[in-house]
Amino acid sequence: MPKTFLIDTTRCTACRGCQIACKEWKGFPSVHTKQTGTHQNPPDLGPYNYKLVRFKEYKMKNRVEWLFFPEQCRHCIEPGCKAGADDVVPGAIIQDPATGAVIYTELTKKLTEKQAEDIRAMCPYNIPRWDKKEGKLTKCDMCIDRLQAGMVPACVKVCCTGCMNFGERDAMLELGRKRLALVQKTTPKAQLLDPDDVNVIYLVSEDRKLYHEYAERSTQPAREMTRQELLAKAAKPLRSLLG
Amino acid sequence: MTQHWIDIKNANAILIMGSNAAEHHPISFKWVLKAKEAGAVVMHVDPKFSRTSARCDFHVPLRSGTDIAFLGGMVRYILEKKKYFHEYVVEYTNAAFLVGKDFNFKDGLFAGYDPATRKYDQKKWAFEVDGKGTPKRDKTLSDPRCVFQLLKKHYDRYTLDKVSSTTGVSKENLLKVYEIYAATGAPDKAGTMMYALGWTQHSVGVQNIRLAAVIQLLLGNIGVAGGGINALRGEPNVQGSTDHAILWDNLPGYHAVPTTNWPTLEAYNKANTPKIADPMSPNWLSNRPKYLVSLLKGWFGDAAKPENGFGYDWLPKVDPGVTYASLFLFDKMYQGKIHGGFIFGHNPAQSMPNTHKIRKSLGNLDWLVVGEVHHTETTDFWRGPGVDPKKVKTEVILLPACQRGEKDGTISNSGRWHMWHHKGVEPRGESRSMGFMIVEMLKKIRELYRAEKGAFPEPILNLDWYESYDADLLARKTNGWFTRDAKVNGREFKKGDQVPSFTFLTDDGATVSLNWLYSGAYPAIGQNLTMRRDHTQTPMQAKLGLFPNFAWCWPVNRRIIYNRASVDLQGKPFNPNLPVIAWQDGKWVGDVPDGPWPPMGMEGGKYPFIMQTEGMGQLYGPGRVDGPFPEHYEPYETPLARNPFSKQLSNPCVQLPKSDMDKLARPADPRYPIVLTTYSVTEHWCGGGDTRNTPALLEAEPQLYVEMSVELARERGIKNGDVVEIESIRGKVQAVAMVTVRMTPFKVEGKIVHLIGMPFCFGWTTPGVGDATNRLTPSVGDPNTSIPEYKACLVNVHKAKKVTELER
Repeated sequence: MPKTFLIDTTRCTACRGCQIACKEWKGFPSVHTKQTGTHQNPPDLGPYNYKLVRFKEYKMKNRVEWLFFPEQCRHCIEPGCKAGADDVVPGAIIQDPATGAVIYTELTKKLTEKQAEDIRAMCPYNIPRWDKKEGKLTKCDMCIDRLQAGMVPACVKVCCTGCMNFGERDAMLELGRKRLALVQKTTPKAQLLDPDDVNVIYLVSEDRKLYHEYAERSTQPAREMTRQELLAKAAKPLRSLLG
Repeated sequence: MTQHWIDIKNANAILIMGSNAAEHHPISFKWVLKAKEAGAVVMHVDPKFSRTSARCDFHVPLRSGTDIAFLGGMVRYILEKKKYFHEYVVEYTNAAFLVGKDFNFKDGLFAGYDPATRKYDQKKWAFEVDGKGTPKRDKTLSDPRCVFQLLKKHYDRYTLDKVSSTTGVSKENLLKVYEIYAATGAPDKAGTMMYALGWTQHSVGVQNIRLAAVIQLLLGNIGVAGGGINALRGEPNVQGSTDHAILWDNLPGYHAVPTTNWPTLEAYNKANTPKIADPMSPNWLSNRPKYLVSLLKGWFGDAAKPENGFGYDWLPKVDPGVTYASLFLFDKMYQGKIHGGFIFGHNPAQSMPNTHKIRKSLGNLDWLVVGEVHHTETTDFWRGPGVDPKKVKTEVILLPACQRGEKDGTISNSGRWHMWHHKGVEPRGESRSMGFMIVEMLKKIRELYRAEKGAFPEPILNLDWYESYDADLLARKTNGWFTRDAKVNGREFKKGDQVPSFTFLTDDGATVSLNWLYSGAYPAIGQNLTMRRDHTQTPMQAKLGLFPNFAWCWPVNRRIIYNRASVDLQGKPFNPNLPVIAWQDGKWVGDVPDGPWPPMGMEGGKYPFIMQTEGMGQLYGPGRVDGPFPEHYEPYETPLARNPFSKQLSNPCVQLPKSDMDKLARPADPRYPIVLTTYSVTEHWCGGGDTRNTPALLEAEPQLYVEMSVELARERGIKNGDVVEIESIRGKVQAVAMVTVRMTPFKVEGKIVHLIGMPFCFGWTTPGVGDATNRLTPSVGDPNTSIPEYKACLVNVHKAKKVTELER
């Protein structure tokens, strides 16, 4: 039984404890940032930022919505990135059978930048980032070291509002359904994002597109498509990124 | 807090006003969200839509500095719609008290004002008393001079139209908040108010909170579960440091600082020990002499004897009527009247208002010792922007301090929980705890005094001082012990026994306690209750979220204070679903009650507000220097030329240091048409000295910004991300424009008032992040506390011609 996160964004205060705890647990150096007119910083995920709280604000009719999206790898049940890596460097991306964690190993150093870019394009959520300095592909590893030591991921441990939840998949699905029912009482369009396909399930109260460009799943689940179809679809976010 | 963090979950309505709780007290939102999940309505009234607003049911934008107008309108609504809790108001507040004939209120001024001294004669506000000095009461609340009727008259002027036009809040929004909050006046409902510096840092700061208390008393929300006035105290151990008298005007445990008017202990006690003939009033502060003598015994040990007032004679006495608060301390320094000093864990060159003046003042010192973890704008003021180190005469000595995780000690949280923290790692390098620094320095000073004598050696040489700094010893001494064998309250104690609680402290020198409030935290050797992490509770306590065996809470482990007001005259809880205490089979169950006496309506019963002389919650508060009822005054720097409520534009008692650098904008000054409010940010701690040196936090909030509305930005041709210059009459600051729909222009008295907001944590010692926002803010102080008016001043803003303060 894989482990699953339930990220209830309706309880997120964007304190960024998760973002900082992730860096600190990993021992990552800080990234030089600048204020550019938003609280979101660093601007994007990166080799030293596996977790990033995204901020989006909207003036709705008679009210303001400030949406927070603590983004991280979704640890797909059928990870497209793994399928891609298996073809070129087997073992570069593995899925831990005990937890379902999708893990990028040191073998990603054997990927060429071009191959890595192709793998990146296969992620429907635009998560993996190329570490230029080390020449490897990076992203959240579910704190596999902590899990194996009987602890919860750092981002979950630090969350004080009940936004970040972690546990057995069944339990998290159950919690997700319960929370969703509650949230839907006030915001009927609330939903769980792709609960059947991923092990990091977000609960959102507004249209998913409003949170972040890639909060919307831009490809269909890998198992429903042929490899060609998948590649064609998966390239889309990259193209749109390049404009 | 009258409550504790967990109790927030018990509220039916939560009014977050004067605080940005989610950002500055993230843990509080664990409990706010629990309340919300259980059906509570969570409201945020604040100039800015913040991360707090994002998680509330709704946000109401309010022009900074108009909280009294907003809350005054709520008082009017509660009285007009009869939403108050009648039994509570009559029995537990001073609503029925008659006020003396000298009291009046005319056009913004209360009786007794002297414009020459800018002070009131508070005697004019006294209650009408009987022959024994007990206030007369009219429990029908119909006498025109009873507090209830005066309150009604006072706030009758706070009409919806006027409040809306003053605050910039729409009438619809006002009514929405009033209606939801006033519904907690039902006996079995509770509303909580969460506030912080957004209420205190105004020239009417104390009165903001007074008015919140008035509302809570009217609605019967004090003492009950899910109610209370909740000052969200901060990470810097704000609760503990005020309890232990970090402020100049009191001694540890909230005793007034001695003045020359009280040259002896006897005179001090006479002036500071309240008396009341009414046997139903516990008048707890009548015990003050016991607490003060125990404190003096703690300081001076065996040298403290009746003949020297237990050492009172050696205490410094301040001049009566003179304010020694930091605003004035730095003013004296600016005038060259202070030659040297110590600054510990404080960065005034960054976080005091009118920072240019502060920075200049530090250069007037001959010597300065700073205890700090990092280099800050204060430790390094001598090489700051525009300062030539060669021309600074001040000798600065930096003592490297260790971090919290590097030392043992206690911290007191907002809920008054006194908690031990254990050292995690050894201090790095030569850094030491500040306790170590003080102990060692004073040892040396005492050596010098012994060798060389001095003008007045007694207070130094008679101190009961320490061989070395020992957190455990200080915790024991704070609790207190017996100095000799003694019998108190029928119990025998041996010399050296720990005091079980403050009810055993004496005024004859038999006990030591460095702070009576904390007496009971360490009641026996080996029993440091601050170390407890035990979750055991009764089912009644479990319902409340009350953990009596987790750490220890002052006073006497009482988790919700004034809890005698949560029950009726017979001791029956007003809210049967969430009883805090209840009188069952001749005894109290639940929380530790506010005193052991039976319910008020029974033989031997007492009034619930035990810290008030008359035992009643104060709707009418004659103790504050600027009026017994809160009244709306504009911030000292205001965009309005006249106060919509009276001819008195600003607080008539406001404190203003006068120097050539203390410039203030005129009311409605056309040069500075925009209101500036300042604040903290989740990622940085206070002035940022610590957190700018924590790379991951600086990465998340890297540079100074200014939040402004889309409308203002459009008017000024400013785009999101542009570097802009903000200018007040005192200085200029550059910041990155954050143009956001979260800021709103206000329609006030028929005109549009723009408000911008800036954090104050970015300073020049961290290259490229910007420099002190407080170069803009004024030295204007609340008359009761001297807290500066950081939350509202006047500025202008335009696109920066040349970026000089920020890395781009």
